[in-house]
Amino acid sequence: MTIDGYKNHPYIPNSVEKVQKEMLKELGLETLEDLHEGIPEELKFKSKIDLPEPYKSEYELRKDMEKTLRKNKTCRDYINFLGAGCWQHYVPAICDEINSRSEFLTAYAGEPYNDHGRFQTLFEYQSLVAELVDMDVVNVPTFDWAQAAATSIRMAARITGREEALVVGTIDKEKLLIIQNYCDPIVDIILVDYDKKTGAMDLDDLKDKISENTAAVYFENPSFLGFIENQGQKISDIAHNIGAISIVGVDPSSLGILAPPSHYGADIICGDLQPLGIHMNYGGGQSGFISTRDEEKFVMEFPSRLFGIAPTIVEGEYGFGDVAYERTSFGNLREKGKEFVGTQTALWGITAGVYLSLMGPKGMYELGQNIMQKSQYTINELNKIKGVKGSKFNSINFKEFVVDFNDTNKTVEEINKKLLEKGIFGGKDLSKDFPEFGQCALYCVTEIHLKEDIDKLIDSLKETIEG
Amino acid sequence: MKRISRDHKVRNFHQAKWDEPIIFELSNEGERGILVPEAEEEIVKVVGDGVSKIPESMKREKLPNLPEINQKRVLMHYLRLSQETLGGDLNIEIGQGTCTMKYNPKINEYIARMPEMTELHPLQDESTVQGILEIIYKTDLCMREISGMDQFTFQPGGGSQAIFTMASIVRKYHREHGEENQRDEIITTVYSHPSDAAAPATKGYKVITIMPDEEGYPDYEAFKNAVSERTAAFFVANPEDTGVFNPRIKEFTDLVRKAGGLNCYDQANANGLLGVTRAKEAGFDMCFFNLHKTFSTPHGCGGPGGGALGVVKELIDYLPKPIVGFKDGKYFLNYDLDKSIGKVRLFNGVPQTVLKAYAWIMSLGAEGLYEVAKVAVLNNNYLFKKLLEHKGVDAPYIRGKQRVEQVRYTLEKLAEDTGISTEDIARRVMDFGMHYWTSHHPYYVPEPITLEPTETPSKEDLDEYIITLHHIFDEAYENPEIIKNAPHRSTIHKIDESSFDDPEKWAPTWRVYLRKTKEE
Repeated sequence: MTIDGYKNHPYIPNSVEKVQKEMLKELGLETLEDLHEGIPEELKFKSKIDLPEPYKSEYELRKDMEKTLRKNKTCRDYINFLGAGCWQHYVPAICDEINSRSEFLTAYAGEPYNDHGRFQTLFEYQSLVAELVDMDVVNVPTFDWAQAAATSIRMAARITGREEALVVGTIDKEKLLIIQNYCDPIVDIILVDYDKKTGAMDLDDLKDKISENTAAVYFENPSFLGFIENQGQKISDIAHNIGAISIVGVDPSSLGILAPPSHYGADIICGDLQPLGIHMNYGGGQSGFISTRDEEKFVMEFPSRLFGIAPTIVEGEYGFGDVAYERTSFGNLREKGKEFVGTQTALWGITAGVYLSLMGPKGMYELGQNIMQKSQYTINELNKIKGVKGSKFNSINFKEFVVDFNDTNKTVEEINKKLLEKGIFGGKDLSKDFPEFGQCALYCVTEIHLKEDIDKLIDSLKETIEG
Repeated sequence: MKRISRDHKVRNFHQAKWDEPIIFELSNEGERGILVPEAEEEIVKVVGDGVSKIPESMKREKLPNLPEINQKRVLMHYLRLSQETLGGDLNIEIGQGTCTMKYNPKINEYIARMPEMTELHPLQDESTVQGILEIIYKTDLCMREISGMDQFTFQPGGGSQAIFTMASIVRKYHREHGEENQRDEIITTVYSHPSDAAAPATKGYKVITIMPDEEGYPDYEAFKNAVSERTAAFFVANPEDTGVFNPRIKEFTDLVRKAGGLNCYDQANANGLLGVTRAKEAGFDMCFFNLHKTFSTPHGCGGPGGGALGVVKELIDYLPKPIVGFKDGKYFLNYDLDKSIGKVRLFNGVPQTVLKAYAWIMSLGAEGLYEVAKVAVLNNNYLFKKLLEHKGVDAPYIRGKQRVEQVRYTLEKLAEDTGISTEDIARRVMDFGMHYWTSHHPYYVPEPITLEPTETPSKEDLDEYIITLHHIFDEAYENPEIIKNAPHRSTIHKIDESSFDDPEKWAPTWRVYLRKTKEE
């Protein structure tokens, strides 16, 4: 059976029959059905694929897709206190302007001669993030933070020749699933306990669990639960004393005010670029990075591309290219290269570079300060609500904090349902991922929250809880 | 006025050359690119400066050494760099074979940039994201029809992550069946993407690579010998990166099935197959499509893309969580997969990419997709015939027969005749506002070029590309010097690559460059 094509389609110039005939003639063929001669008849799909009727015009497509999308309620319509690894920050207009440029949006894998600009922007992104974390080497982005953390652990396992990694017990359970799957069956992942009062890593448990099988200790700052882990140097020392590698996951939006992990012993730093000028996109904005010192033993373990600067044959010209390309699976080694490389999230790397160029050192400081002030204010006000504890842990938090609702006689689910009715997305319900907490939720406050937004949350919670 | 002559055959192109400094060189102390909202006075009254509370050991002592640049200059910098990038929208994008560089419709981008997409938090209540869940669900239904698979996940953020997900499912499947330790090998072919070898290797598998026979098909006898009770799975592209379709693929998958292994289909090269042939009928248990290839979503300099991974019924329970379901008139996230491998990407994959792919499918429908496949193959075979008219060009395997959607050519004869390599030519192509890619490494086809026109170019575009390549091939014979020193009309000239593999000299960031080039 033959299928009538969809002639004169705007996306298919050669669907014009006259042109098709001319080209077919050139090939000595008569109809389009004479093509695909290499596919055996028994494998040919004999009917038409069962798809809905297509839109007849671009206008109808737009109208209907808009209608469908408008069934969503956005974080512009609602006040959003959800974070948990995807954070609502202000996205400067220039970030969108640059990442929607045709040249960047539709480029892919050209050579440095085709895509000088692509190479330079990604080199600059690497260099800007390097300053933020105060480390020398940064990769072209990975899929997300979880992938970056998993790859960091695999790098550490190759460097040390060991097969275990100790991971902070307060880690995001979704991220943990990704790390576990990525490391299975090469590296065993073992969780380290945390202090029930502060949330910080339990160093005694760390010392109990660490051994000469330990490739790496992985912890985060700020932690997934928002508190600042201030034992960084101690943790790194414990790791180093036994020949293990210290890996720290970091939220880069905190690094205007918080010490970068390289200052407390981290050998590998990883994190997510999403807070740096990238819209949440229902999770589609995640993008990971990995950073190390400029030492061969680290650099040669990156699976990712690393763009480097170099001279050209003309004095005064900057050129760029791949540093140590052969270590990747794109090189001659294929499966003997380091893990694998492919299409990940380069456009978000470019965007993060634009963001950091705009923010500069002062912008990053002010961002951090603003977030600290607003989150502290929110905790402060939450504490005034009967039965609510603004922060479960008696640590200092950045952007996120665990709100304890155990004494309200209401579940987080019930509370969030009420908040939703009032136009508020309450914090992530932790009762499934951290059942030991009972009824707690992870709240996120950033620079986008105005005092009136926070006050509305407080008032709404009061109404919900106190009645 | 005299009529301006426009009868030159090849384009008189010159790429933008802005001679732009590195961003750090633009820094002027005190300049600001953007202002950050300040906390309101009432907040400051309550909490003070906010930062004094940070434990001493965790305070950043010195601000990060980021540049200080005014907004216009930042914009100008990045706009200039964008102009120095040869995006798919600007050139006749035929040269990036295996990557299916088709047109990325602007309307899809427009829709995907609506706040109803961009301003969604992935943990919002399901009742507030019914629109995007509906789109993901409906895309799944379309993909099922296109492939014959029974359920899709859109969690993988690209093709390689989809391959890794397949390898993870393979491992979990054999673990469930008590054969994990016994089945420690996967089989792939040399003309499948390197990730078909590298991602399963990352998952701990030994890799057996099948070489082509004389016709370019994966060697059946070698394959037969490789399949055993140790085979965990077969990972393969078809057509392979040569554009040769293995017609005996069903025999291959049957062998693997009989031996107890799983069949995993890398459909990166699916553009010529839409509506023509499907994964299911060829005996595959899983397959994936790159949304940024066949389904038209932009490549973004290397992501974010999307890997749409489909499986047969028996494997649905193994998929990463969650998948999107539909019940009682509501779309929901289904976490109820009891053998799930867990997760491969945070949250729900790259939903804006799924949205663009769906818009593309719905702009074409079944007949449109079929036309895409037919025209992609027509364009490719037209290009193939015309390029082979030059004496320096050839393409190994299945002589005189059609290819599917791409061809891996060889310039072996041209190189022998002239001393000009395919890399030399690749640099020269830029002088005409185009580009081409050689091949993955190692080069099994000597002096390779891999070209894939897709359905996007018009005949006129194809003819321009052909004339330009012929012109350059002629130059190789007549004026090789111009090619050796190419490019001449790009942003930059030939790069001195000697530092890239030298740990003493390489410079993957600006700070390293400054340190290593510091004059004593």
